[in-house]
Amino acid sequence: MSSPGPALARGDTTPAERGPEAVRVTLSVNGTEHEIHIEPRVSLLDALRERLDLTGAKKGCDQGTCGACTVWVDGRRALACLTLAVTCEGHEITTVEGLSADAEPHPLQRAFMEQDAFQCGYCTPGQIMSAAALLDEGHARDDAEIKEWMSGNICRCAAYPNIRAAIRAVRDQT
Amino acid sequence: MTATIPSATGLPLDRVDGHAKVSGRARYSTEIPIPDTAYAYVVGSRIAAGRVVAIDASAARAEEGVLAVITHETLPRIAEQPPLVPSLGGTAAPGQTFFPMQDDTVHYAGQQVALVVADTYEQAQHAAHLVRVTYEERPPVTTLDQGRDLAYEPERIFGGWIPGRTERGDAAAGLREADVTVDGTYTYAANNHNPLEASCTTAVWDGDDLLLYDATQGVNATRMTVARLLGLPMSRIRVVSHYVGGSFGSKAMIHAHPTLAAMAARAVGRPVKLFLTREQMFTSVGHREEQEQQLTLGATREGRLTAVRHLKLSPTSHFDDWAEPSIGTSSQIYACPNYEGAYRLFRANTMTPTFMRAPGEAGGMHALECSMDELAHELGLDPIELRLRNHTEVDAMTGHPWSSSGLRECYARGADRFGWAGRDARPGTRREGDWLIGTGMATAAYPVAPLANPQRARARLYADGTAVVQAATPEFGTGVATVMAQVAADGLGIGVDRCRFENGDTDLPTIAAAVGSAGAGMISAAVHSAATALRRQLVDSAVRDPGSPLHGADPVRVSVRDGVMTADDASESYADLLRRTMRPDAEAVGQWNPPPHDTPYGMMTFGAQFAEVAVDADLGVVRVRRMTGAFAPGRVLNAKTARSQLMGGMLWGLGQALLEANHMHPETGRWANAGLGEYLVPVNADAPDVDIELIEVEDDVVNPLGVKGVGEIGQVGVSAAIANAVHHATGRRIRTLPITIEDLL
Amino acid sequence: MRTITYLRATDTAGAVEAVSSDPTSDYLAGGTTEVDLLRQEVLNPRRLVDINDLPLNGIEGTPEGGLRIGALARMSEVAAHPVVRERFPVLAQALESGASPQLRNMASMGGNLLQRVRCSYFRDAESPCNKREPGTGCSALAGFSRGHAVLGTSEHCIATHPSDLAVALVALDAHVRTLGPRGERAYPADEFFLLPGDSPHREHPMEHGELITGIEVPATDPARRSLYLKVRDRASYEFALVSVAAALSVVDGSVADVRLALGGVATTPWRARRAEDFLVGAAADADAFGMAARVEMADAQPTPMNAFKVELARRTIVRALRTLTGGREADPGTGSPT
Repeated sequence: MSSPGPALARGDTTPAERGPEAVRVTLSVNGTEHEIHIEPRVSLLDALRERLDLTGAKKGCDQGTCGACTVWVDGRRALACLTLAVTCEGHEITTVEGLSADAEPHPLQRAFMEQDAFQCGYCTPGQIMSAAALLDEGHARDDAEIKEWMSGNICRCAAYPNIRAAIRAVRDQT
Repeated sequence: MTATIPSATGLPLDRVDGHAKVSGRARYSTEIPIPDTAYAYVVGSRIAAGRVVAIDASAARAEEGVLAVITHETLPRIAEQPPLVPSLGGTAAPGQTFFPMQDDTVHYAGQQVALVVADTYEQAQHAAHLVRVTYEERPPVTTLDQGRDLAYEPERIFGGWIPGRTERGDAAAGLREADVTVDGTYTYAANNHNPLEASCTTAVWDGDDLLLYDATQGVNATRMTVARLLGLPMSRIRVVSHYVGGSFGSKAMIHAHPTLAAMAARAVGRPVKLFLTREQMFTSVGHREEQEQQLTLGATREGRLTAVRHLKLSPTSHFDDWAEPSIGTSSQIYACPNYEGAYRLFRANTMTPTFMRAPGEAGGMHALECSMDELAHELGLDPIELRLRNHTEVDAMTGHPWSSSGLRECYARGADRFGWAGRDARPGTRREGDWLIGTGMATAAYPVAPLANPQRARARLYADGTAVVQAATPEFGTGVATVMAQVAADGLGIGVDRCRFENGDTDLPTIAAAVGSAGAGMISAAVHSAATALRRQLVDSAVRDPGSPLHGADPVRVSVRDGVMTADDASESYADLLRRTMRPDAEAVGQWNPPPHDTPYGMMTFGAQFAEVAVDADLGVVRVRRMTGAFAPGRVLNAKTARSQLMGGMLWGLGQALLEANHMHPETGRWANAGLGEYLVPVNADAPDVDIELIEVEDDVVNPLGVKGVGEIGQVGVSAAIANAVHHATGRRIRTLPITIEDLL
Repeated sequence: MRTITYLRATDTAGAVEAVSSDPTSDYLAGGTTEVDLLRQEVLNPRRLVDINDLPLNGIEGTPEGGLRIGALARMSEVAAHPVVRERFPVLAQALESGASPQLRNMASMGGNLLQRVRCSYFRDAESPCNKREPGTGCSALAGFSRGHAVLGTSEHCIATHPSDLAVALVALDAHVRTLGPRGERAYPADEFFLLPGDSPHREHPMEHGELITGIEVPATDPARRSLYLKVRDRASYEFALVSVAAALSVVDGSVADVRLALGGVATTPWRARRAEDFLVGAAADADAFGMAARVEMADAQPTPMNAFKVELARRTIVRALRTLTGGREADPGTGSPT
């Protein structure tokens, strides 16, 4: 089984074609390097959930229509279901498990609990990763803006007003 | 015994499992790490009617990692097909009485025709695409227009629980005598639940013992259904379901996939994970059927109803007489001497439809409440005044008094909060720029579900004064672990922080599936029973114990607070009692027997819905600007989680009114909108802030704590309030759901 | 998704060479279309050539007042760029009305132009579809066609072009720059998107392996006064039922210059030239706008299910132009009115 390392890390100038069998892929997730053996067709979402046991990012649709799999790639929110894991080599992945450095919840996690911004909780990690990015982007100036810029995360329990309240609470305390 | 003053019940406490959910630590059914798990992927039928002629699985089997391709030729036969009974009944609860892959027949598109099992998800998924199925195809029957002439009136529907026809007085005569009649035909698109977590099961065999991690509303329903289908003793099956990523009825009945996962796991000799795709969620777990309802009201000039006629036409499967029970509430909630309600069904190429949030009432009350609005308009009466003129303090069908109501208060407080008074009833009179503004209201009513079986819970108090209370029920967003800790803490007389609720496992005391808003009522009843039984046991133990400061006290005079039993000046804590008597813990099982079905009360939850919409005068776009709901759901166990559920229900009503639609391609019988990009559910931008008023009414009939539930009532009537507001804004009565742009151009 | 091999390209010419020389290779940029359709087994390349490391992500204003955008710039980056927002509001608005914030962070400009249609029969590998499998027929003609096109259709395909961005680019007379095995080319945006005709599987004039490298938007006088108006059922995160990209300059009450393109109603991003021709020199008033809209939609060929789009498109055109002349807010697509 061939398992060349990341193309860009190689010394020669000809990038190597990898796969279709499983290859060694190095993913940096929440500040930790993981080496996994996966086929190039494996999505970042399935790599996280089925190979790294990081199940915080959820599979809601697997087609980019719900936002439950929202993670950060180099600090920007993205959908793990439409990202191939192998393309993430050399990039930093952050999932909800890595949102707060220590045992203390992130202010948004605390606000989500206080505002009851979820029910079943399945969309919640994606909502929180999206909301934290939203605050960094500066797209939480008013409710209309929060509504629009949080619309990529479906909550079927429809906790939307409480999600907005949680985002406002964190926005206003910082 | 002196009643313990409730101190935790009702408080708006944060969810006890909140941290697990916000941190990603909560493990849902496919997220339990199990070594050596294989992945199963379903192949669904392309055609909607006909039979499988041949299946060529050679290419699939040749793929690396593929362990098995199972077809109707190789899948074991089921041991027995249990009848269709709503899971509330506490028996096996298959979603339909047809189990796939038992022969070559195809009854609906998406029906399972093969199952691929492989080492990885990617391998299973691709191999499933390589399975070549040859069909012999027949033209399907799918839509209302195709089935109208084939319709029949069923004797009973809904697993035999509900009669096909309901009558009192003479509706035809009542309509003849009426000064005014309104008559409307309401047509609804099919709806799909679409919880964010698709249905999924992980099946693990250990010899002849089967462990299922299943996303379900009832672990016992899963166990009983799978046991009968597989011919296994119930004692050899354990079902675990700690966290469920939403259900809304899609996981209320036990569909084929848990059993298929178990069969696949047995076939390959490894644990198997079966996770339906989003697309498969449209063809594997039931749906709210497409339907047409005809609603006719007759009334006197003063606005007294003389007749209500409510007829429904809908497609059902080839094997079950199922319609969501839309006709029922319309016979009960308004005073009226004459009523006729009837279902008509036709056999179509669909799976059996199923429960979906506010089953029956979501659509039935839409027709009734839009008609009431129309009648109010015809009579020049305020819509609330019309409803008050027909208000009834008894169930109009049986004549029995309501166990509790609160409806008048809901109208009054809801109207007050919304600012209904002084509304100019003339349509099309308010305009802000390009937007026409309108307001509307509707009554909400949802029956308290009838229960059949005893419900059980167990309470255990440890020697350190902390307690665990257990029942089998899963957590799918209701906050059950939080509210039951509150109920148990009050029953025991300890602080809520000392009490943990353990749930989601058939090894725990048996409780029916939490469906039809019955969960909070039945589980709290069982938990209250267990907790108070344990308190009685401990108090009795203390007063009989010569070593206790409470020795000889009258148990009735002992109160318990913060884990300390007190009678007059004497007191002893639970912990001291247990330690002193060298007991590690004490335990009691509580059982609640639901009221019999002939209880002489009408049992209904009431509310009132208000909505303000803006309709773009040129472009037909409808946006809901604000909503108010006032509800009387009996005792509220946790004001925070109850409000959240009501809010979610109201926003579901918004989706029902304006967005959610699925349609079958009439020629192929395939769903047109089988994805979240096409089947539109509300997103954040659609959801206005929602104002909720809780009106607590006491009810000592429904269950010990008087809990009537909040899961469904939030949605009932919302679509009517919105449709009525659209009429107020534009002067146009739209009788289809969802109301879309083309209706308003 | 079938098994694939993966190649991370390090230089543009090498990437073009790799894909051009192999009919079973596809480019991979943001992945939002490619990975989705790979999983649906609608696309079946054997190899993906990842172009995300190529130096094609610049965004810069030209001294003449135009704009140059690298093909790998992300939708969100372009929408946020101050030059884009100042010079071409229609472009920023079109970008921000599309998809979701997450998808806009992922999707590249080049990939956006090449995104595939949302027709459910195209996406469903089981249904006949001339675009997916030429010659199998069009399921949408007799099927569920509420979202389908009314302009530019053929008896072989009525799928709507899904891009918002492309509508704005067509209105702005942008050019699409490419590099292929036979060198560099530039296509006027309006000619880049092909009508389905009898070959709906051919959506653009590029040959296999030809790579979009950038987009050029020329300076346009009316562009600073431009908007993108998108009408849809849901308030966000939905493709357009009808959208209008419009830019307008009015001198002494008459239309001096106008750019108009339609989304959601046609098989391509639809430059509304008939309406433009009608409007230039006409009075900038509601009557003229209504007439222009009528002229543009005169040849529409709707199905019974999407007939409403003809009227909705007319009204949306009028609303967009009225808004540009009246300076009023008019965006039914986002949020609730307040």
